[in-house]
This record gives sequence, C-alpha cells and structure tokens, in this order.
Amino acid sequence: MSIPVLSVLLLLPILGSVVVALLPARAAATAPKTVALGFSLVTLVLGVGLAVAYEPTGGEQFVEEVEWIGVFGAHYALALDGVGLALVLLTCILTPVVMLASWHDGDEGRWGAKGMFAWILALQGLSLGVFLAVDVFLFYVFFEATLIPVYFLVAGYGGPERVRAAVKFLLWSLAGGLVMLASVVGLYAVSSAAGEPTYLVRELAELDIDTWAGRWMFLGFFIAFAIKAPMFPVHTWLPDTTQQATPGTSVLLVSVLDKVGTFGMIRFCLEIFPEASVWATPVVVVLAIFSILYGALMAIGSSDIMRLIAYTSVSHFGFIVLGIFVMNSQGLSGANLYMFNHGLSTAALFLIGGYLVKRRGSQRIEDFGGVEKVAPVLAGLFLVAGLSSLALPGLSPFVSELLVIVGAFVWSPWAGAVAVLGIVLAAVYVLWLYQRTMTGPVAPGVTGMRDLGVREIGAVAPLFALIVLLGFYPQPLLDVINPAVDDTMSQVGTTDPQPSVTEGEAP
Amino acid sequence: MISTAIDVLTAEGGGMPPLVEPGAAGSLALPLVLVIALPALGAAVLLLGGRRTDAWGHLLGTATVVGSFVCSLWLFLGILGRPEDERQITQSLWTWFSAGEWTVDLGLLYDPLSALFLLLITGVGALIHVYSIGYMEHDVRRRRFFAYLNLFVAAMLVLVLSSDYVGVFLGWEGVGLASYLLIGFWQHKPSAAAAAKKAFVINRVGDIGLSLGVGLIFFTFHTTSFDEVSALTSEASAGVMTAIGLLLLLAACGKSAQFPLQSWLLDAMEGPTPVSALIHAATMVTAGVYLIVRSQFVFEYTDAARTAVAVIGTITLLMGAWIGCAKDDIKKTLAGSTMSQIGYMVLAAGLGVAGYAYAIFHLVAHGAFKANMFLGAGSVMHGTNDDVDMRHYGALQKAMPVTFITFAMGYLAIIGFPGFSGFWSKDRIIETALAENLVLGLCALLGAGVTGFYMTRLMLMTFFGEKRWEDDVHPHESPKVMTIPLIVLAALSVFGGIMIAGDWIKKFLAPVTGEGEAHHLPVSPLVISLVVTVVVAIGVAVAWMLFGRREIPREAPTDVSPFTRAGRHDLYGDAINDVLVVGPSKQLTAGLATFDRAVVDGGAMGTASAIGGLSAVARRVQNGFVRSYALALLGGAALVLLALVAVSFA
Repeated sequence: MSIPVLSVLLLLPILGSVVVALLPARAAATAPKTVALGFSLVTLVLGVGLAVAYEPTGGEQFVEEVEWIGVFGAHYALALDGVGLALVLLTCILTPVVMLASWHDGDEGRWGAKGMFAWILALQGLSLGVFLAVDVFLFYVFFEATLIPVYFLVAGYGGPERVRAAVKFLLWSLAGGLVMLASVVGLYAVSSAAGEPTYLVRELAELDIDTWAGRWMFLGFFIAFAIKAPMFPVHTWLPDTTQQATPGTSVLLVSVLDKVGTFGMIRFCLEIFPEASVWATPVVVVLAIFSILYGALMAIGSSDIMRLIAYTSVSHFGFIVLGIFVMNSQGLSGANLYMFNHGLSTAALFLIGGYLVKRRGSQRIEDFGGVEKVAPVLAGLFLVAGLSSLALPGLSPFVSELLVIVGAFVWSPWAGAVAVLGIVLAAVYVLWLYQRTMTGPVAPGVTGMRDLGVREIGAVAPLFALIVLLGFYPQPLLDVINPAVDDTMSQVGTTDPQPSVTEGEAP
Repeated sequence: MISTAIDVLTAEGGGMPPLVEPGAAGSLALPLVLVIALPALGAAVLLLGGRRTDAWGHLLGTATVVGSFVCSLWLFLGILGRPEDERQITQSLWTWFSAGEWTVDLGLLYDPLSALFLLLITGVGALIHVYSIGYMEHDVRRRRFFAYLNLFVAAMLVLVLSSDYVGVFLGWEGVGLASYLLIGFWQHKPSAAAAAKKAFVINRVGDIGLSLGVGLIFFTFHTTSFDEVSALTSEASAGVMTAIGLLLLLAACGKSAQFPLQSWLLDAMEGPTPVSALIHAATMVTAGVYLIVRSQFVFEYTDAARTAVAVIGTITLLMGAWIGCAKDDIKKTLAGSTMSQIGYMVLAAGLGVAGYAYAIFHLVAHGAFKANMFLGAGSVMHGTNDDVDMRHYGALQKAMPVTFITFAMGYLAIIGFPGFSGFWSKDRIIETALAENLVLGLCALLGAGVTGFYMTRLMLMTFFGEKRWEDDVHPHESPKVMTIPLIVLAALSVFGGIMIAGDWIKKFLAPVTGEGEAHHLPVSPLVISLVVTVVVAIGVAVAWMLFGRREIPREAPTDVSPFTRAGRHDLYGDAINDVLVVGPSKQLTAGLATFDRAVVDGGAMGTASAIGGLSAVARRVQNGFVRSYALALLGGAALVLLALVAVSFA
C-alpha cells in the first residue's frame, strides 16, 4: 500500500497543533513558535513536493478513498486536482509567512503565543482538508470545523471589539453552513433514490438530478459559498472581522479560508449542478459585477486601513466569481489563477498594513501621513502590495484580472465593459490610501517611526518574490489550472465561442 | 465630408495596408534583448541595492541608458543595410500566459517604427540622464531618482518593442507607474502627491480602452499578436474595426493627454524638470501616437475611427495652444504646448496612410526640441532658485547665454522657422490636413499661428525685457553637465529636418505605415509653406506688440479677458471633472457607507435577530455561551474523527 500523502499533508499541521498545545508551560517562550514554524515549513516542503510530483495532464491524483459511514454513502476521500493544487500550495506558503510576520502578535493575547500558533496550525490542517476533500460530507465536516480555530483566533487576539467580531463571524458562517446542510441532506435523498447513497463528488456529478431539486440544492451551496467568498450583500461580516482581528488572522481568513467559497462554487456548484449553474448565471454575474464596484466604492470610502483592505477583497472576489460563472476558458482560468494571486497580494497588504498599524497604534487613515519620509522601505513595500492589488502589469494579479475581464467580455461585451470600471476604482482606493498615509508632511504620531526590521522584511519577502515572478511567468500555475478548467467546462457542457474572424475565411 | 475625403484617399492610395511579417532576429537578437535588459537591470540594482548604491547610483543609471543607446544604434545600422522587406525582425522570449485558445508570448518586434522610437527614447533618455546628474546633485534621494528613470526607460522600450497588444499593455502601465513615481518624486509636497495620483487614475480611465480593446481583439480574432491580427483585419466587419479603433483611441487619449483626458498633464509638471522633459514631453506622452500608428492595420479599415482620431487631435491642438497662451508658469506653458504638439501628431495619424509617417516625423522632431526647451527651462529654474513664474524672469539672455542660445534653437524649431526641424515636420502635417479636409487643415494652420504667439511670449518674458528677479536671485549659467545635453539637443532642433530630405523618413517607414499618395492641392506646397510662415509671423508679431514693447507686470493682471481666464484655469478641465465625476463619486461613496452599515448589514443582522433571537446569543457571549457552543462543535468534530478511525479499522 502506498503512503497516503494527502492524509499526511493535512494531519501534519494538526499533529503540530497538538504538539504545540501540549508543550509544557515552563518551556522557553519561543519554543511553541519555533516548533509551530518548523511544522509549517515541513508541510510547505511536502506541499511543494506534491506540486512537483503532480502530473500536468490534469485530473484527480494521489486519490485516497475509504468508506466511512456506509448508510450515508460518506467516504473519507481525498484527491488533488489542478484547482485544489493551487490553493493547497497557497495555504502551505502563507502559513509560515503569517507565523513569521505575527511572531509577537500573540504574546499579549487571551491564550498567549502558544494558543495562537496552535490554532494557526489547526486552521491550516483543516483548510487543507477542505481543499482536498472529494466527498461532500467530508467537505462539510471540514468546512464547519474551520470555524473553530478562526473563532478562537479572532476572539483571543486583536482589537477591543474582537469578541463581538468573532461572534458575528461565527453567526454568519453558521447560518451559511446551515443552508448548505439542507442541500447536503438533499443530495443524500437524491443519490439514495437513484440507487446507492453516495457523497463522492465524482459519482454525484454523474447523477441525473431533477431540475428543480437541483436548483434548490444549488442555491443552498451557493448561498453558503457567497457568504464565505464574500459577495454583496452578504459581505458585512468581513470588514468587521478584519478590523478587529490581527493581520495574520486576517490573512488566513481572507487569503485562504474565503477561497473555500469560490473553490466550492467550482467544485460543487458547477460540477454537481451544471444545469442549475447555467440557470443561475445571469443573476450571479450581475451580483459579481455589483460586488466588484460596490466593494471598490466602499474601499474608497473607508477611513480604517484594515476595513479598506477587506472591502478591496469584496471587489476582488467579485472578479473571481465573475470569471467562474462566465464559464469559458479565459474566465475560469483567470478565476483560478486569481484565487492564488489574490491570496498573495492581499496577504502582502494585510501584513504590511499590520506593520504600519502596530507602529502607530491606530488603524485610522487620518492618523497617518508622510510615512515614506521616515520609513521608506515600509512605504515602498506597501506601494508594491497596493500596485499588485490594483493589478499592475508585471505583478501577478494582472494576468488573472485581464483573463477574467476578457472572459467576461467574450461572454457579453456589456459584462466586460462594466466590470472593467473596477480597474479605475482600484487605482483610486490604492493610490489615495497611499497618498493619505505615506506622502505629505510627516504626521505628529508618525515622527520617529522605525522602518522595517529584518524579520519583518524576511517574512514578506517570499510574497513579493512570487508576486513579481508570477507576474512575468505565471505559466507553471496555468499549466496545472488549464486542464482542470477543461474538465470543469466539459462537466458543465460549455465550450468557448468561435472567433468571428479566422484565417482563410472569405471576407 | 471628412469621411468622403478619406474614402477618396483610400481609393487613391490603393492596395492593402502592410502586414506585420517579421523575420527571425538572428544576430540582432542580442542587442534587441540588451536594449531593454540594461536599464531594467539598472533599476533593479538601484532599487534593491538601497543606500549602498547611493555613491555611484547615478553613474550606473546613466551608463545603462548610454549602453542602451549603443544597442539602438547597433540595431538601426543592422536593419538599415537590409532590403526593405527584411527590416522587420522578431524575437520571442517566453510564453507569458495561455488560457483556452489564447496564448500570449512575451516577444519583441523590431521594425522601422520601433527603430525610430528606440533612437529617440535612448538618445534623449541618455542626454536627460546626464543632465540630471547635475540637476539632482543636491537631492538626497538622487539614487532613487535614477532608479525610477531607468525603470521608465525600460518600460517605454517594452512598450515600443512588444509584439503583442498585451505586451504593449505591460510597457503602457509600466511607464504609467514610472510617471506616477516621478511626478510624485517630491512627495512630501501634497500637491506633488496629488498630481501623481491624478495622472495615474486618469491614465487608468484610458486603460479601460486598452483592456476592452484587447478583449474585443481577442473576441474577434482569437489572438492579440500584431502579426496575426494584421493578417486578419481585412476580413472583419467595419463596425468591429470602428469599435476597436475607438477603444484604442480612448487609451491613446489617456496616455497622450488628449481631450477629454488631458487634465493630468498640466499637474504633472510637479515632477522634477528632467522628468517633464523625458516623460511628459519627449517620450511617454507620445505613446498614444505610437499605438495608433502601430495599429494602422486596424485604422485603415475604419473611416469613422480615423475621423474621430483626427478630430480629437485637432481639438487638443487648439486647446493646448490656448492654455499655453495664458500661463505664467514656464513649465505649464510648455506643457500646454506639448498637448498642442501631440494634437498635431494625433491629427496626422488620423489622416491615415497620408499622415502616419508625418506623425512620426513630428514626434521625433518634437521629442528633441521640446526636451531641449524643458531642459532649458530647468536650467533657468536652476539659476533662479526654482522659481517657475515667468513674471519673475526677464533679461536672462546675458546671465545664461548657453541656455538662451540653445533655448532659442528649440523656439525657432517649434514655431516652424524656415529650415529648423519643426518647420519641415509641422508644415507637412498642415499641408496634408489641408488636402484631406479643409476645416481640420485651417484649424492646424490657426494652431501654428497661436504657437508662434505663445512661444514668443515665453521667450520675451524669460530672456528679454527688464529684470524682474526676486531680491535673492542671482541668475547664473548651469554647469557643463547640464549645458552639454542642451547643446546636443539644440543641434538636433536645428538639423532634425534632415530626416525628410528625399522623403527618407517616409520611405523608411513605408514597410510599417504603407505608402499612400495624398490629395494634391491646387496650390504648390511652396505656397502653403509661405502661408504657414506668414501666419506664424503674425503670431510672433502680436506677441511682440503685447509683451516685447510693453513692460510686464510682476503680478499677473486680474482684469483679463474671459479667454485668458479660461486658459489660466486649463479651460476648466478640473472644474468639469469635479462637477461630473469627482463630486458625485464622493457623494456616492459617502452614501454607500451609510447604506452598507444601516441597510445591508442592519437588514441581515436584524432579520437574523428577529428570526432566531440571535442578538440574545450575542449578548450572552460574555457569559461564555458561544465559547461553550464552539467547544461543543470542536468536541463534535473530534468525535467525528474518532468515528472515522473506528470505521476505517472495523
């Protein structure tokens, strides 16, 4: 029997979490941090190894499948495909980055640094489970389980209103989960009526589901994913949460965990309910475009740095959902790539923003000014992170955003034409934020601000290296994403439209 | 009327517009890659090297661009010896990205059009780097200035060398970034920071055109590379071609400060003067003209879009000239003039086959003489404690003789004094415009007269008349490192017209722009030249009557005509933007903030409370209720895990 590598991958951080939690209280203060970082680095090595070993031909690989609860048809089934691989890699990369960047952020927290680092590892393991599960029931279990570490990370570490924010997060997520649960139960009913009950995505995708039953179940999943993603109008928990959470928690929440929403739309909505997905497309596209513009306008109007970044993500998730639901190669490849790139650029923004906020002791934009003068490296990296958020060509988000815009344009020129307004608004929210915080005369509370230290730069350096590298050479990622997109499109049954002019055609 | 004129032209010119059919780069691949790689590397070393490179950063930055110029010469001589149909070469670097049917290569295309741009960018760029060594000598962030300049040169070269519209986009926004960084270089000044943001945001409005243009080109042809698109455009419908043309025009309007996206350029003068010379006069702002000429295989199939191009150019050339007349700030006068001169280029590009080569001719000539005058203005500011108000100058010709003489060469070139470069290049545009469309031609002629007026005003206020210096100002000539670039550029302003000798530039560009015969006017070109010269002379004379013979007040008079008042306010461009866009957007974002909190969030949370009494749950948080709930969840998950293990081993 071969080694179940995917199980190892997701159990490793969970094991690490337990080890960190069980470290004796008299151990050195840095011991839990070092141990946790070690576990996350080993996981990263394993994740990169999997990516290298993954055959670029596409499809599900490293499959593990064990029957779990026979009467439900639930399986412990894990597999890696192109869509999941990008997000698994992202999770593995961001976890050590967050740990290093938040090295001292947990010291004063409710459960100390030990608690924070243990919860981070637990969250990583459960998130990997979400991206690897190919059984709906198993996915649901992981999906709900991720709420626990996030709840504790928000409630224990962060701003004065953090407990309130944590509860709000929990209530919204539980509400989404509840709606999804109804659909999960519905799938059991449908599959058992068709013969053997099963929760394997592969088998569910082949089921012949009654039109309206499919549409109702689609809605259940979609609502849960829309809350997670988050889309307008179910996004309001996000800015409240990131305003209170530590920057590291915000990264794990927005860059990794929120991707479960858009990831779920591809794997579950599109693949299990293709008919319903096509049916819902017009409404979803309108909502997605609305999210792009709404999130961007709210970001422009924000007076709090961390809320502002949260709203930029509402806008970016709008782009991702738009790319998914236009259901052509450009849109879907763009959306998948966008999920990875958004993870990098938002992480960079949150972490550098966090460094800035920690130094000043305030998140209010009006409390800053002239930071470039006293901390040029901090200001420079903040600008690069911002430029990646506005999708400057040469930085990784550009390719994905252009693919989504072109995909939307191919779907309907009007969709492309409205969505593209987002690029102007993005320039406004990023550069205005930079103008108000970094330029002009040095603000009173900014005088004497330290520039970034070696640990702080080192923690985010990999993000910036990847943002530039993937800006010029995203093809390795697209090589694993594109076959997965082909699979999704053939499952949905859509094809790319032909060009109106091709070689050899009569004029 | 316009379109009929152009119809006739196409019929007369005959034939298909030339295709992009490059051969392999072969032995020229090395300089083709180096020309971009050198300044890119310079920027990377200076930005990542930090303070360690402070001592020699400016020298490295200058050396890389000089090296780049050598490569440009090498390439130019390399293709000059070849037969006409072998003057297009290409070098693919790597596949940038692919999705579905769409594959975009990062590839370089070198042809006569990019050849001229390369010489201009690296030549003027190198001179401006040298000049900046002196100009920025006392700035503590000089190393960073050179890093940004190098970044700009590299991005501009990517723009003119890319073989694909998406590659152009990379350079397009790259130069936008460099422009943003350099306009805001003195970002401790709030006005500089605001101007930088404004430039970038307005350029982004133009980028809508490029993004959707790329979308529509891909949608129509399933490719965005120049060679493949150029082979297919003859088969597309006129409607689609018009749409693509108008989208590209929108992009060009942003980058080239054409109406209605012109308002950023005047504010951009907040940047250090070498930046204004290189980016906001000689090179970046001409990128829109490049885009249109490069896309001739699109515009040749759409009369409507070409007409729009010509009309936009004409409107802008008049607007810019008008603004130039009213400004007292020497840099803003020159900026208005730049708008106006680019308007001439855009007009020429809109005239189609008959005008493309002249657009590029004027672009190259203008690149030299406008850089010359901007650097001259910088030299004047250097000698007057960075004062930009021409009302505080006067009689500088004795104090700064080299600056004066070189500036005068640029002046004679821009007004079109017979024999100077601008005489040849502007004349050809006016001539062609008159032949194609009388109204546009007369507007261009009028613009020439106004140019004579505002440039003479600038000369008189700056170098002649009485001293009106501030008390602590002691004007002095600038160091050699600054005056030598001025001398070189002045020489180019004088002799630049040589490019048109024997119609050389037209023939050289023919593989890219095509060959078309213009309408023949009933009068000989000599007569037109004479008329243009007389109109210019009238403009000069009027300026001399108003500013040469009278004393110039040190304070700007306030009892001025509505024309002057409008010109001083940039023809109310900002006011219009404020009323139409900025004001409503501010209200919208403020309104949305309330809406988000009260309606969206309040609605959802309120509903939740009403249904489930969840607010009561929220209130019990402090009692640990939610924590116990979460612990129960955790316990449940643990049980599930145990069950999983048990079932697997059972």
